[in-house]
Amino acid sequence: MDFLNWLGAMPGAAAQGMIWGIMAIGVYITFKILDLADLTVDGSMVTGMATCAMLMAAGWNVWPAMLVAFIAGMLAGLVTGLFHTVMGIPAILSGILTQLILWSVNLKIMGKANQALPARNFDVLLTQLRKYEALVYLFLIVVVLIALLYWFFGTRYGMSIRATGCNEKMSRAQGINTNKNKVVGLALSNGIVAFAGSLLAQYSGKADISDGRGAIVIGLAAVIIGEAIVSRMGQNFVIRLIGVMLGGIVYYIVYQTVIFLGLDTDLLKMLSAIVVAIFLAVPNLKRTYFAKPVKRTKEAA
Amino acid sequence: MLELKNITKIFNAGTVNEKVALDNLSITLEDGDFVTVIGGNGAGKSTMLNAIAGTFPVDEGAITIDGTDITKLPEHKRAKFIGRVFQDPMTGTAADMWIEENMAIALRRGKSRGLGWAINEDDRKLYKSMLKRLDLGLEDRLSTKVGLLSGGQRQAITLLMASMNHPKLLLLDEHTAALDPKTAAKVLAITREIVEEEKLTTLMITHNMKDAIAHGNRLIMMNAGKIILDVKGEEKSKLTVEDLLKIFAKSGSDGAANDRMLLV
Repeated sequence: MDFLNWLGAMPGAAAQGMIWGIMAIGVYITFKILDLADLTVDGSMVTGMATCAMLMAAGWNVWPAMLVAFIAGMLAGLVTGLFHTVMGIPAILSGILTQLILWSVNLKIMGKANQALPARNFDVLLTQLRKYEALVYLFLIVVVLIALLYWFFGTRYGMSIRATGCNEKMSRAQGINTNKNKVVGLALSNGIVAFAGSLLAQYSGKADISDGRGAIVIGLAAVIIGEAIVSRMGQNFVIRLIGVMLGGIVYYIVYQTVIFLGLDTDLLKMLSAIVVAIFLAVPNLKRTYFAKPVKRTKEAA
Repeated sequence: MLELKNITKIFNAGTVNEKVALDNLSITLEDGDFVTVIGGNGAGKSTMLNAIAGTFPVDEGAITIDGTDITKLPEHKRAKFIGRVFQDPMTGTAADMWIEENMAIALRRGKSRGLGWAINEDDRKLYKSMLKRLDLGLEDRLSTKVGLLSGGQRQAITLLMASMNHPKLLLLDEHTAALDPKTAAKVLAITREIVEEEKLTTLMITHNMKDAIAHGNRLIMMNAGKIILDVKGEEKSKLTVEDLLKIFAKSGSDGAANDRMLLV
């Protein structure tokens, strides 16, 4: 019976996992491609939720509401980017500052701490009341999103963003405006995060000021788990993004499972953070304690 | 071509660590000049190259390339005119990106990038033919991550990238210093070939006096942020390592030939 209950929770876990997987793709852009730790996302996730919920409550159609949520997230990323590049504030602190700004902004967007968006009253795209339908929509959204990002990062401009994250000195020597690229990358990343927020608000039927707390940790967890899943399947960009999606789904399935096992839910955030800390430490631990002697080979020039 | 006029650069101005890295330095390069630059540690060789490339702003003076004043241009805008190879083989290429991706980035140096697809078949043909010239077997490894290559291979690719689109100026900052002697010789030979074939105006820092004499049509020696020797043409070809050492010793002070310079 317990097992059946658990099984019944899986579609919901998968749907939530996909929404957070989309969010994690945003995190992937800053954390992996740009090599920046961006904490704006805790705020921009809620900005997306609040924007979508308020616009729909005001009678907007769901699609333009999601578009505006995406743009609001981009603006948040833009602020972080300008803090970092124009004002020279370290990236991690820039993100924290914007996150704090967004707390106030999000309260002002909603006018209160939360906004209901019940699927019974609003024509939302996806809702937890219809999980399988939600999964289909999410699947389609993910396919389109990954295709768009594959295209973008394969263009000459997209490639210059990748180079910026990989080697700044080389990028500037090759005429790339690295500061501009960082701002664009941060804006794109937070746009995607806010877009995921707009999906989460619809799915859960509400937007709450504290929904974004620890979002960065969930995003990083999805990125890291995803990397572990697809690490042996090559370095193709599409596979990596699919990995991030799977990472989000696995995270939520594990999350649901530990809840079913009766774990105190108060501890969940702590456990998430510890898991992420351990995974982030793995490369370092490997180097320090499990380093294999490198066989020296003489390479020709 | 390239003109440096009264360039001064002081690091840590006003502190006990104040260091005059470039001291009212002026030099003019003619089109097609291949200038080798020597000098002791701290003589200002790298500072001069970095000042030209725009890594940092200069305190005084003007830098012009082909009549364009670039003194105030940010580094990435100067890249339109300048190709660079660094001392550290890791610096000139993006390790996590493929060979063809690195080359595609260099192919658009100084041009708008836009949202066109970064690499097409014609580009690949071009990259292959360029890599083939290196004779390092890299032409069949376009989709290999550059990070997997040796230092010499990476420097050779960086050279190709730096010489794409015929830059007005090529800056080589001890680009063979981090390589083993055999590899260094090979990269130097490739350098010479590319510079001569493309007739690139070049500034090459080296700590090897023999190389400095053997390459290029002009040699300058720096000390304490100034140019203390500037020879070209026939006069240069007659130079010997002994001559250089003598001049070096005469310049005295902190510029005395150090061990590294004697490794010829």
